Amino acid sequence: MGLRGDACIVGYSEWASERPALRAPRQSLAQWADLAAEALADAGIEAGEVDGLVCTEVFESRAFVPATIAEYCGWSVNLAERVDLGGATPVGMVWRAAAAIELGICDVVVMAVPADPTPTSPVPRPFDDRMLFGASSNAWGSPQAEFDIPYGNVAQNCGFAMYAQRYHDQYGWDERARAKIVADQRVSANANPAAIFHDVPATIDDVLGSRMIADPLHLLEIVMPCSGGAAVVLCSAERAARTRHRPVHVAGFGERLTHKTPTYAPDLPHTPVAAAAHSAFSMAGVAPADVDMVQIYDCYSITALLTIEDSGFCAKGQAQAFVNDHGLSFRGDFPCNTHGGQLGFGQSGLAGGMSHVVEAVRQVQGRAGDRQLGRHDTAYVTGTGGVMSEQSALVLRGAR
Amino acid sequence: MTTDPGTFPKPRPLPTADTAPYWAALADERVVLQHCDACDRFVHYPRHRCPHCLSDRLSWREVSGAGTVFTFSVARQPTAVMFADEVPQVIAVVELPEGVRITSTVVDADPDTLRCGAAVVPVFDHQPGETTLLRHRLA
Ligand SMILES: [Zn+2]
Repeated sequence: MGLRGDACIVGYSEWASERPALRAPRQSLAQWADLAAEALADAGIEAGEVDGLVCTEVFESRAFVPATIAEYCGWSVNLAERVDLGGATPVGMVWRAAAAIELGICDVVVMAVPADPTPTSPVPRPFDDRMLFGASSNAWGSPQAEFDIPYGNVAQNCGFAMYAQRYHDQYGWDERARAKIVADQRVSANANPAAIFHDVPATIDDVLGSRMIADPLHLLEIVMPCSGGAAVVLCSAERAARTRHRPVHVAGFGERLTHKTPTYAPDLPHTPVAAAAHSAFSMAGVAPADVDMVQIYDCYSITALLTIEDSGFCAKGQAQAFVNDHGLSFRGDFPCNTHGGQLGFGQSGLAGGMSHVVEAVRQVQGRAGDRQLGRHDTAYVTGTGGVMSEQSALVLRGAR
Repeated sequence: MTTDPGTFPKPRPLPTADTAPYWAALADERVVLQHCDACDRFVHYPRHRCPHCLSDRLSWREVSGAGTVFTFSVARQPTAVMFADEVPQVIAVVELPEGVRITSTVVDADPDTLRCGAAVVPVFDHQPGETTLLRHRLA
């Protein structure tokens, strides 16, 4: 069951993280077209070959987004998907495209996530209450609006902090292990010119000395929002043989959703990562120990800690010891988020999740420059949406 | 509706047809939960069908509202600007013996000594003209 592993990621585009934004504001449709053109050029595929697209949202349209993008870019597509999985969206986009390609529906699929600023509208835009409530909905009738938001339980800081609190209560307190994830990844960010923290080192003590935001999470354990954007191109293995770089096969995937708000999570601090990871590894026919790198969603330190553990790299409850025993930078024995992770690279909206996919492809293709890994054939990639509530996982494998 | 985040009112629950009995009971300082008469399990938050079996045979049962802190966080920075006056706010998931978890705040806890598992009892937070909230304090 599952993918044969025929579909390949063959090109990408990624804009450097910026805060404050330096690139000029553009319409998000324009950014979509730019990202797509750059990723197609990277792959060596003509725009006219595109017959599938996967998208998230654009500022200019509330609905009918795929059709608007297809029209804007001049494509006739057989796959038109919009994915709504928060931080798990980019990983979810990749496997949906791979599945569609294996079904023979389409041959070349583009997916872009623009996250640079858009120009100020000459007419006022309606108030967007996501400015206040983030990933929680304050609309009347929303369970979050009625039972969670009035108590201050607004996504995301306090939700992830509650995961951390319960995890440590059950499995022991080692704050330095959480901080080490940030510090090790920062070593990789310091080797990545596109990272928001490319020139700012951070030690374990720096992390633990930073301001407490939501006990037990400190400021430096939380991603820095920034602008950016990324895209990837997938195609069939046949078409991939005539592209510019090493094709990266989508060998396995998994996805699992269980809840929206941690209060109602069925098995906290066990996460849906476990089911998604199990599916991805078994579909690819590899074990966690077989992968050369992990590029895992890290909106918070605790996200990465829980993901390492529930993906099966160590036993339940052992992630803190595992992190202490391994080097997580690109120089270490457990390369984890070699672009710096979102904690070091920055989180450019939904494109933050795409940074893990792009870095996996970059490493597998041998294009990571100063931080290139010696062994780079197989990568494990995850996306986390909501508060450990929407989980997607991929196993990617370079063509032989 | 205001469009300035700085003057956005503190969010309070606006009941629906399915949830109104829960909030009405809190106004009387009683805690009621939905109970599924098909699978004999409690349900929270209140909704139109049971999340365990999707039956619509839901009835209301009064419970004490006392329980234990399953997990919590201390918001040192307001989670949204409207909660600035409550910082440091102890936001908690309270587990009730009926087998449900609810979002609450622990109003009298010392944030530095609170631990998971602490026993808590209900506090009914009445505000004029507003829906009564169920909060908790240490037992
Ligand atoms: Zn039931």
